[in-house]
Amino acid sequence: MTSTTRTEVPVPAGARASRPELPGGRYGLAGLVASEWTKVRSVRSTIWTLVVTLVLGIGLGAIATATTAARWSRMSVVGRLTFDPTRTSLTGLLFAQLAIGILGVLVVSAEYGTGTIRATFAATPRRPLVIAAKALVFGAVALVVGEVVSFVAFFVGQSLLTGPVPRAALGDPGTLRAVVGGGLYLLVLGVLALGIATIVRHTAGAISAFVGVLLVLPIIVTALPSSIGNSIGKFLPANIGVVLLSVQPQANSFSPWAGLLLLCGYAVAALVVGTVLVVRRDA
Amino acid sequence: MIEARGLTKRYGAKVAVDKLSFDVRPGVVTGFLGPNGSGKSTTMRMIMGLDSPDEGSVTVNGRPYHELPWPLREVGALLEAKAIHPGRSARAHLRMLAQTNGIASGRVDEVLEMVGLAAVARQRAGKFSLGMGQRLGIAAALLGDPGVLLFDEPVNGLDPDGIRWIRNLLRSLASEGRTVLVSSHLMSEMALTADYVVVIGRGRLIAASAIGELTAQSARRFVRVRSPQIAELRAVLDGEGATTVLEDDGSLSVQGLDEVAIGEAAAAVPVVLHELAPQSASLEEAFMDLTEESVEFHGDGRPRAVTAPEAGR
Repeated sequence: MTSTTRTEVPVPAGARASRPELPGGRYGLAGLVASEWTKVRSVRSTIWTLVVTLVLGIGLGAIATATTAARWSRMSVVGRLTFDPTRTSLTGLLFAQLAIGILGVLVVSAEYGTGTIRATFAATPRRPLVIAAKALVFGAVALVVGEVVSFVAFFVGQSLLTGPVPRAALGDPGTLRAVVGGGLYLLVLGVLALGIATIVRHTAGAISAFVGVLLVLPIIVTALPSSIGNSIGKFLPANIGVVLLSVQPQANSFSPWAGLLLLCGYAVAALVVGTVLVVRRDA
Repeated sequence: MIEARGLTKRYGAKVAVDKLSFDVRPGVVTGFLGPNGSGKSTTMRMIMGLDSPDEGSVTVNGRPYHELPWPLREVGALLEAKAIHPGRSARAHLRMLAQTNGIASGRVDEVLEMVGLAAVARQRAGKFSLGMGQRLGIAAALLGDPGVLLFDEPVNGLDPDGIRWIRNLLRSLASEGRTVLVSSHLMSEMALTADYVVVIGRGRLIAASAIGELTAQSARRFVRVRSPQIAELRAVLDGEGATTVLEDDGSLSVQGLDEVAIGEAAAAVPVVLHELAPQSASLEEAFMDLTEESVEFHGDGRPRAVTAPEAGR
């Protein structure tokens, strides 16, 4: 052992000679929620996806309503009769859903992509708790942002409808339901995206799957014979979204609340499958 | 204290870790040695509960990892460099870990100070060098002031200053009574740091012993002899049952007889001796001997050639 030389090193500052006592109890959901909140706040992608959600949701709604108002005198009678001022002002939510979904995906996939997930699971080995904390924190953010987008888009849109164009007020039948429903739609869809990400783990794959469900499935269903398409179409998340945002009832669809319940079912199913896989797989 | 019993992990048909049993004791630095691909990282991930073993079990402080009430306060680990979101600051990274285990936020600043990252704590970790990333990983390991620490290849990519810093840190952590397991594929690095080594190859345990015993047991132990009557001496030693090799420099390498027996045999003839020097293998050679059979990837597709003993010169 002639090659070994050892130097005595001083004990670094802050180190203790004896092991500290462990506190009682056990780590749990409260600490995990605080941790997830720190994670969400400490990366720029959160701010960007939320800004995009707001801009798309409010901006595109405003453009759609302003366009309709400008064209009103040239619109057909059918067009005027079926005009739904609430739904038109909430049009932007159908684009904002992509941005909030991407945030839902990133909450999970960014941890896998960067390897942070191993630090997380080492700190808190009960993985279902981790997924639950992520869903809770993301859900709270998505709910607040979703309702803000929906209400602001509604009020901005109605303010742009002037002259002979009919306007909606929150007190009108079904209107408050549509505006509140718009925010809930963004929340549930975002949680669905988070659930997909726990299954897929990779950012690109999860976003593709999410966009596929929202945008590609409806195209496929449209291509089917209408007898089949009409009975399948109402199960699609995008279709449920349109129903939720509309004051007027839609053909070949579930009622707004039944649709929302079904959408919740999808989100919960994705979360459950994802959690089972996350527990089984090596991190 | 870490106790592994019959730990086995398969990836398809390939057995990455094969019935591995070993103990890692507190108060000393235990080196975890093996060639690249020998299953060190997989074993460490199984200790941490990140990968689940196909057979066998491993406990930390007597419990399976997932049963620890406050994992970060009992076990700290550096498993991979820069496993951190590039957009998150060092401080936020540690803070989110601290919150999960109810660790006060003051401790975050404390460990950042200890590893020398206090000045860059609020910078995005994506800008960090490999060495800074390693320091951040070590800060995370120290966060809960744990009694058990695991470091997977901590010196990889570090400059000499960083290597010396980690070496001293590991030794001081052990001297405080902590359990320290540090993996490396470099025996020479372990020679400077570890007191005890667990050597694996192809997922199997090859040796687990104090570092001094490892070199003593090595087949490379021999005695170098020089004499003006070398041919005569060689015949005598061969007669005594020794294995002798005449080296290019004129010296005789003797295995099978120790220096006492050789000296007495020479005196009995008598033969004049100019040198009688016991040689032990270097740790590097001892490690080579142990893992020769189990090296996963050879540069030339053949087992490593055994080099002439050069130890202790």
